[in-house]
Amino acid sequence: MTTDLKIAFLPLTDAAVLVAAREQGFAAEEGIALELVRSTSWATLRDRLVYGQVHAAQMLAPLAVAVTLGLSQQPAALAAPYKLNVNGNMLVMTSDFAAALEPDVARRIADPLGTAHDFAAAIGLWRRKPVIGVVHRFSSHSLMLRYWLASAGVDPDKDVVLRVLPPSLTVEAMRAGEIDGFIAGEPWGSAAVEAGLAETVAIGERIWRRGVEKVLAFREAWLEENPAIVDRLLRALAQAAAWCDDGGNHAALAELLAQPRYVDQPADLISRALSGQMVARAGETPVANPDFMLFSREATPFPWRSQALWIYSQLLRWNMVEHDAATAAKAGAVFRPDVYRRALANSDVAMPGASMKLEGAVDLLLAVGSRRGELTLGPDRFFDGQVFDPERIEDYLAGFVAGR
Amino acid sequence: MRIVIIDDSGLRATVLEEGLREAGYDDIHIIPPRGAFVARLERMAPDVVLMDLGSPSRDTLEEMLTVSRALARPIAMFVDQSDEAMIGAAIDAGVSAYVVDGLRKERVKPVLELAVRRFSAFAKIQGELDEARTALSDRKIIDRAKSILMNQRSLTEQDAYALLRSAAMNQGKKIVEVSQALITASDLLGGGGL
Repeated sequence: MTTDLKIAFLPLTDAAVLVAAREQGFAAEEGIALELVRSTSWATLRDRLVYGQVHAAQMLAPLAVAVTLGLSQQPAALAAPYKLNVNGNMLVMTSDFAAALEPDVARRIADPLGTAHDFAAAIGLWRRKPVIGVVHRFSSHSLMLRYWLASAGVDPDKDVVLRVLPPSLTVEAMRAGEIDGFIAGEPWGSAAVEAGLAETVAIGERIWRRGVEKVLAFREAWLEENPAIVDRLLRALAQAAAWCDDGGNHAALAELLAQPRYVDQPADLISRALSGQMVARAGETPVANPDFMLFSREATPFPWRSQALWIYSQLLRWNMVEHDAATAAKAGAVFRPDVYRRALANSDVAMPGASMKLEGAVDLLLAVGSRRGELTLGPDRFFDGQVFDPERIEDYLAGFVAGR
Repeated sequence: MRIVIIDDSGLRATVLEEGLREAGYDDIHIIPPRGAFVARLERMAPDVVLMDLGSPSRDTLEEMLTVSRALARPIAMFVDQSDEAMIGAAIDAGVSAYVVDGLRKERVKPVLELAVRRFSAFAKIQGELDEARTALSDRKIIDRAKSILMNQRSLTEQDAYALLRSAAMNQGKKIVEVSQALITASDLLGGGGL
């Protein structure tokens, strides 16, 4: 029996796993007829999920937490049993502004702390507050940008203007002079670089080496009522993710994503993030960042509860939510490792033994406890060396205030 | 009640405005979602904001609703969360509505219902136009491929079409796709495909 499922997505390179699940037949193998519903704003994607027009959505992880906590319009309990990718963002700024930063783009990208301080110094010389586009208040991009700015003493709420605009409008807004830079998921940063409008200032992977990004979000009630369908979908996605991570498939994947009904951008731009060959300034040799966007290896899709709590810690840090134990528990429970384990129990996917870990504590590859198979975690450091202990959120945040 | 319509399509906004005026609402303003539209909206202090659900600028609008200090009362989406049928119809029609806190739902419901009807009607017309436009351009492409075949293979128009059709069937593609491929190949090979 075939099950019809509708999943909402935004035109972004990290819709890859959903597109591959449909186009390469992984969903069909699990008896799922997958319909992908293109949306142009996170608000509309959210509404389609919350009001039941789709079964699931490719959602910004912080937005899934925010909707559950009632911070973004109609409150609704969401559940994220699967991460569609880690990393994949890029901060770009106009060439005018980037002139104040390290001119060697490879060195600039390799040293986010130095670049943050250069940026902080340049603000004083700029004729007005820099206007930086972010795709949503509750986006991983916005949280990472804030983290990066604050590391150099820049107050993201006072010293710069953060302007919300959807990824597909970023390049036009930059051309019109409405923004001086933006942080967005690929291929939009690359599109601005290619148009000669901007240069890469920082990439997400160098801010947090394994940054939580998009999740597959369901309404919690629907997820609980349809365990068999959820399990089949997760198995299909795990297969699709392995296909997407395989370098041999990147050219084909970029062609799939380039189609008008998906990302509708040139395959060449899309393949940069997939292969990690990032052109940071138009016409220059790409800078290699092999971990620019991950889909499968290192148990990327596993929804660590500690990562939902890291998001919560950042919402607290920027006064977007009031702290109490019940709210923290609710935020952590949005990520559902229990469902992931159930769905992939009999597959060959490596399965972490724990559901929480320290975030930002791994320097090099680390073999960890796994129920099955070899599991190696990649380096997951934050560029400032801070380590997040999900059981000591207040201490973690106190460390930042002292450091300012 | 001050109603602001944020819309990129001048025609759809006009169709909606007309309907609202006929129904007796007279404080209606249209703003396209470009440039500093958020600042304009803030100054207008609307009671109801209607926006195309498909507009990419919804995130920008919602951010303004979250952080604005200029708006006296908070604005939230839809007015009656319990009316699921109404919300479903609005999403289907592509309408999103933001309503100031405290406005009675009986007062807003007719506005929403009207917006849903007008948006649906507009989408239908738009769909028919798109279909007609696609059919027209498809026919032009097939005609061009036919004339390439007629010139280069000395076929009659009927035979040229039959060849395209059987190629399409063999490859499991649409005739227009095969025609497009033929035109591209002919251009590349300098066949001067008319």
